[in-house]
Formats: sequence, structure tokens, C-alpha cells
Amino acid sequence: MAKQNPRDRKYTPEHEWVLEKGDGHVVVGITDFAQEQLTDIVYVELPEIGRKVERGDQLAVVESVKSVSDVYAPVSGVVVEVNRRLESDPGLINRDAFGEGWIAVLEMNNSREWLLLMEAGDYEAMIAGEGK
Amino acid sequence: MNSLKRTPLYAWHVAHGARMVDFGGWEMPLQYAGIIEEHRATRERAGLFDVSHMGEIDVHGQGALPFLQYLLTRNIDPLPKGHMKLSLILNESGGIKDDVTVYARGENSYRLVTNAANKEKILAWLLKVRDEKQWGKLDIKDVSEEVGKIDLQGPAARAILGDLGVVGGGEIPYYRFIETKLISVPALISRSGYTGEDGFEIYVSGDDVQSVWEKILEVGKPYGVMPVGLGARDTLRLEAGMMLYGNELEESVNPFEVVYEWVVDMGKEFLGKDALVEIKKQGVSRTLVGFIVDGRGIARHGYAVVKNGIKLGEVTSGTFSPTLGQAIGMAFIPVSMVREGEQIEIDVRGHTVSAHVVRLPFYRRKRG
Repeated sequence: MAKQNPRDRKYTPEHEWVLEKGDGHVVVGITDFAQEQLTDIVYVELPEIGRKVERGDQLAVVESVKSVSDVYAPVSGVVVEVNRRLESDPGLINRDAFGEGWIAVLEMNNSREWLLLMEAGDYEAMIAGEGK
Repeated sequence: MNSLKRTPLYAWHVAHGARMVDFGGWEMPLQYAGIIEEHRATRERAGLFDVSHMGEIDVHGQGALPFLQYLLTRNIDPLPKGHMKLSLILNESGGIKDDVTVYARGENSYRLVTNAANKEKILAWLLKVRDEKQWGKLDIKDVSEEVGKIDLQGPAARAILGDLGVVGGGEIPYYRFIETKLISVPALISRSGYTGEDGFEIYVSGDDVQSVWEKILEVGKPYGVMPVGLGARDTLRLEAGMMLYGNELEESVNPFEVVYEWVVDMGKEFLGKDALVEIKKQGVSRTLVGFIVDGRGIARHGYAVVKNGIKLGEVTSGTFSPTLGQAIGMAFIPVSMVREGEQIEIDVRGHTVSAHVVRLPFYRRKRG
């Protein structure tokens, strides 16, 4: 059973979540639905700090026992922080996708892109459609 | 459109939180608690698998023995009642149509257990050969719909079967079976499986599957038995170096390429043998090997084995091994490269990742 999708953040159709930290920084992770689809995560390939990404670029790679999945940058910006704990404990994403399992922090350089992201309710409607 | 087939345990799986996936046209549980947890439960305690999607074809009547002796690569003359064997069924060019187990249930009475996706193909093949060769009145019956199959695997499997009150259940020798009663319903129980652990394959009527399934979970509870999905079934079989049809095995693959000489009895006549004699004379150019990835990343089915940018082979299966804590896999590589420890490179989505060839299996259980 997937956990509730927190209302404090936005979502993408590719199952990333984005949480505003203020000062133009956003935290990025994948949703609980995504981790459940992936099954047990065994490797996470993190981006380098300082890397510039455009919205839709590959940001990270998540490998599970069963499959591999790209994580895309939900907004354009610069990588300012990555979750190093995922290197030794990738299962953090399975256990706490919306919290301890965050992947990277981006410094947004185009705040208008924020408007292109989905609300939790819309994201839920989308995955409800995908499930059947 | 929902034309996926379901086993009698479908509702049970859904009610118990399984993630269901399409597996060769069947809606099957991929996982319940999680692949790694289910994998470990099977290695350390016991796992219970619903594999009712597999095909069962019963062959009996006058001539069943010579008929199967002709179709199977393995010598089954004699195969005493209560014995079973792993065998291949080949096409005329020596390619593998399926890998099956054959159960000798009585004089001229056998059960073939096929891969789910191959069942229709094998049934049609048996009927075609029977009619062409005028094997006559031989009865070939697909009983897959009526038969449910449950695998109980792991070091505690024997004790659980004992507690279920199956007389002599725990004492069945490896690759033998008994036809008996399990919680008062008729059951065929063999000491065999697809995980590399001790364990049993249990065949009961489709109507009885759920009560047997629930009873095993209840009796097995003190032993820590868990329901296990197809995700862990795949990691378990791969660690045990067992091949999977559609990955390692297919019609374009011959038994010598996958080191299956031991399943082919060249001392008897069988369909596909002439081609094998020729293949043996020519020698094969590629062989299936096991590998362990040295870096990070997982080499998966279909990824290329490369050297200096040239494709030399292909990964057939690859996953993360919960027991080894490393990425493992099997691949076809040129015979000239088959050496333990040989370094190979695999194209993992555009990056070259190094791996080394190892002897199969990756995991061998300690025998107590």
C-alpha cells in the first residue's frame, strides 16, 4: 500500500517529488508509488555537486533488484547537495521515499517552472489511472 | 481489456498486499513483503510459491514410454514409478523447445511439467509427433487448468511437511515423488525445486490449492515461512545457476551452448539428436557463463558483452544477488573467453562496466 503523498510539495508525471526549502532551493526525490513499482532499491547513482541540469535531464539513476529507472530533474538548476547516505543504504528510498530517502537539492534558476509541476491530487489521479 | 489469466490464489495474493504483474500472460505476484526479504526467508527458513501458472500435461496409455523416450533428450527407460527427471524437448535442428520435468506415475503413465509460456507450444508438438508417427491411442491431456502447483522451499521445508502429517513426506529422496494425501486432499509431492534449496513441489487440484496454501502458512508459521513472489523466485534461481526459458533457453539455443550435456543422453535415439551429433562435430562458438560485476550497476537481460567497442556476446539474466551483495548474471560469450576469472566488459546503458567470469552456481547450500 503506497503512503499518502504529502500536500506540502509538488509532483511530476515521472514520479518525482519536489519540496521547496525557501531561498530558491528545492529537494528532489521519488514518490512512494515509484519505489513500490521499482521493488528493493540496491544502487543509486547520484549527480555531481555543481552540475547544471535542465528540466527533464537525467538527474540520478535508481537500480532495483527488478529494474532500472532514471530520475529526471523536475526543474532546471544546479545540484547543490546530494544524499550520500543512499550510497551505503539505498533502501532508505524504499523505507522513507518522502523523507530520509531524498535524492538531491537543486538551486532553481527558473522559478516559472514551478508552475508546471503537479499538485498531489492530480498526481494521485494520474497513478490511479496507471494502476488499471 | 483484461485477458490475463489468474491462478486460483489470485484473490488471496491481492488480499495479502501482493504487487501483481503480467508474467507471460498471467497475473502473478511479483512480491509481498519485498524481494530481498522473501529471498532471505527462503534461504534461511522457508518460502511458499504459487506457481499454478505452470503447465502440466499428462501422457498415458500404450506406447507412452517409447513416445516420451523419443521426445525427451533424457533417457527415461527405465524411469521407475515415483522417480522424476529434468529433460529437454528439442526441435529438429537441436534447438530447445522447452525444459521440462517428467514424472513417472505408473506403467505408461507420465506427467510433463512445462514452462507456463511454452505449454500450448509443447502440447501442440506432442500431438503433432503422436499423429505423424502414428503412436495411436496415446492419451495426451493438458491438465493445467485443473492442477494447482505450490512450491515449498528452504531449510525448514522438510520439517513443515512433517508437521503437516504427510506420511514419509520428509523422507522423499531428491528427485523422487509420492502421491499421497495432504490435509486429506490428494497431492503429488516431489523433492525438487527451482531455488537451490531443499524443498518440495506440490501438485493438488485447483479447488484445493487455497486450503493447502493457507494450511502450509499456518503450520509453517513457527518456522518463519513466507509467501514468495516471482521477483525472489528469479533471484533465487539465478544464484543457484538455474536457467530460465526465454532468457538463457530458447529455440535458437542448443544444449551444448548452455552446458546442458548432462540432460542429453546421446546413447539413445531422440528427436533432434541428428542435429546435435552434427553440432557436436562442428563444436559450438559461444557458451553460457556466470559473471560477477566488479563495479556498480546491474547488467540486465539483453545488455551487450563488449571488448574495445565490439559486441562479443549478450547478457541473458542479471540481477542483484541478495546473498552475495553483488550484481551477478549469466551471459553468452565466445568459447575462447571462457576461463574462470576472465575479465569481460558489459555495456550498461552506454557505460562500460567490468565483470569477471565465475563458475556456476553463485550459491550452493550447505548440506546438513
